[in-house]
Amino acid sequence: MDSGFMHQLLQQLINGLSLGSIYALIALGYTMIYGILKLINFAHGDIYMVGAYIGYVCTTIFHLPFLPSLLIAMAGSAVVGMIIERIAYRPMRNAPRIAILITAIGVSFFLENGMILLASPQPRTFSSEFSASVYHMGGLVINSQQIIILISTVVLMLALTYIVNRTKMGKAMRAVSFDADAARLMGINIDRVIGMTFALGSALAAAGGVLVGVYYNSIDPLMGMAPGIKAFVAAVLGGIGIIPGAMVGGIILGIVEALVSGFISSTFRDAAAFAILILILLYKPQGLFGKNVREKV
Amino acid sequence: MKSWKKVVGAVCMTTLVAASFTGCGKSGSKSGGGNTIKVGALFELTGNVANYGTSTLNGFKMAIDEVNAKGGVNGKKIELVQADNKSEPSESGNAATKLVTQDKVVAVVGPATSGSVAAAEPILTANKKPLIAPCATAPAITLNKDGKVKPYVFRACFIDPYQGKIMAEFASKDLKLKKVAILNDSSSDYSKGLAEVFEKTFKENGGEIVAKEAFLSKDVDFKAALTKLKAANPDALYIPGYYEEVSKIIKQAREVGLNVPLLGSDGWDSPKLVEIAGKENTNKCYFTSAYTAQDKDAGVQKFIKSYKDKYSKDPDVFALQGYNAGLVLFHAMEEAKSTDGTKVAEALAKTKDLQVANGKFSYDEKHNPITTALILELKDGVQTLVKKING
Repeated sequence: MDSGFMHQLLQQLINGLSLGSIYALIALGYTMIYGILKLINFAHGDIYMVGAYIGYVCTTIFHLPFLPSLLIAMAGSAVVGMIIERIAYRPMRNAPRIAILITAIGVSFFLENGMILLASPQPRTFSSEFSASVYHMGGLVINSQQIIILISTVVLMLALTYIVNRTKMGKAMRAVSFDADAARLMGINIDRVIGMTFALGSALAAAGGVLVGVYYNSIDPLMGMAPGIKAFVAAVLGGIGIIPGAMVGGIILGIVEALVSGFISSTFRDAAAFAILILILLYKPQGLFGKNVREKV
Repeated sequence: MKSWKKVVGAVCMTTLVAASFTGCGKSGSKSGGGNTIKVGALFELTGNVANYGTSTLNGFKMAIDEVNAKGGVNGKKIELVQADNKSEPSESGNAATKLVTQDKVVAVVGPATSGSVAAAEPILTANKKPLIAPCATAPAITLNKDGKVKPYVFRACFIDPYQGKIMAEFASKDLKLKKVAILNDSSSDYSKGLAEVFEKTFKENGGEIVAKEAFLSKDVDFKAALTKLKAANPDALYIPGYYEEVSKIIKQAREVGLNVPLLGSDGWDSPKLVEIAGKENTNKCYFTSAYTAQDKDAGVQKFIKSYKDKYSKDPDVFALQGYNAGLVLFHAMEEAKSTDGTKVAEALAKTKDLQVANGKFSYDEKHNPITTALILELKDGVQTLVKKING
């Protein structure tokens, strides 16, 4: 009985870790964009969907292997993210924050319905050459795709941390995030930095989209809605605007969902996720990794 | 004051114009008295469920053509009057009013979806004209709030709970299963209803439900719930739902090592299910349905052939039900020897063992058909008929 429980616990941790990695990838983009523009980019979940479709076109129509497809999807979505920023958000930069928020919702609807028009609402499947091999380790079941998701997520997070902390562009991003006006006075091209942030965030979301498409073997134009909201919860949980916070928040959320489904009931799964959001907002609104900074008036 | 008078004037004018138009329409042929019997077809011909409506109408048209080729009903040809509800319940009411009051049809077949049927039905009932809904599965549409049957409303498909019952019978009697777990969509009435009836019937047959879990439509990750269900060691899993989620559940169930039979409902019936789940994962999957092209029954094959000849495409279950609705209606008119709504409705309620495209057809006291149901098995992704249950 005891070993049965441990076995269940470990298996659910594996399930939760792979789900949480995907939340983390999407949450990173949310958090980066919020950190720089103070904008909750509601279209972010749909960029994830666009990435999945680009990956689908690469693998299923052009028969490219997995890694090039992933990179093309990331690059393509980065361009889409930059275009959206240029067309929809830049003209609104000095508008009230609520106006930009509404624009973001508009962009989200545009991407969803545009894709329905372009690709039909029918779900699509990746070609079967990406089917997983399953490993059994002492009764635990691990899927090769779960391992790929975890490794890709870790690699992408390390790359992002490197870019933000070690490169000139990363330094500029941090400066803009800290004080945009002062950064401009120091000679930083803010438009370029913001565009770059959108590109990076969108590329990460696209990676999440392709990984999910291969993992669940199904993509559709509305696939970004629910993960978009979950990733938002993850970003707030870790502290919105803080990059390590998004990673940890995503993984915590995934594991909590798996444990609640596994040990309490699957009907409480979403309730638990949103209860966490409410508790965090009540008791630690700056998030797990957030510092309590007084708002400048 | 003045503007008020203007409005009244405008309304009077419109009514006059409308009246003169309807006059024109009516002068062509009068129903009942003339040489034809007017029958209404109220369907979702445009809008988001237009594919259901169009298919059902095609089947119904085929029934009309066949009966007319045999000389019609009671010596009169059937004349079809079509109406489109644009897939919206509100439009259904308007279209039903037009069919009954302007076109003077004697009966209406349609609409396809339960919501639209519920909107159209009161108009038919008030005018004492029968309505046959070919494929509306919600149990409530033939019943009043007090549970009494609506005298003028009928359907031509089996209701949702019936599927749960036959799958439970199949699981305990044919597959001889003792312990089954249920995974259902808690955001869908269809799925919840089926799960409830399945559980009840399966327990009555001496079986045990060892675990129950739920998901929401649009969910993509079911591994946590499936891992938990696996720990309960079930002999099989019952998953009533639609293919979008079920296909992912099948795939992930096999991935977590849950290799028991998976049982389901007609929401599984889509080529996408096999595509998403993967062929090899769909072995040992059974589901209930009303129709499959694999059915070697002579009547079904004849129906498929005539449908293909007429429309150059394969019929689906909706076309079959539209066709059956036509046969049932014309048979009742012949039995009643009349086109009077009340007499036809009475004859409809007495329908017993009528031969329709896929077997025998009778009505129970709630105006739900007792008719053929099928259990289909997926073998390397191909549907095969394992059992036929005749009402």
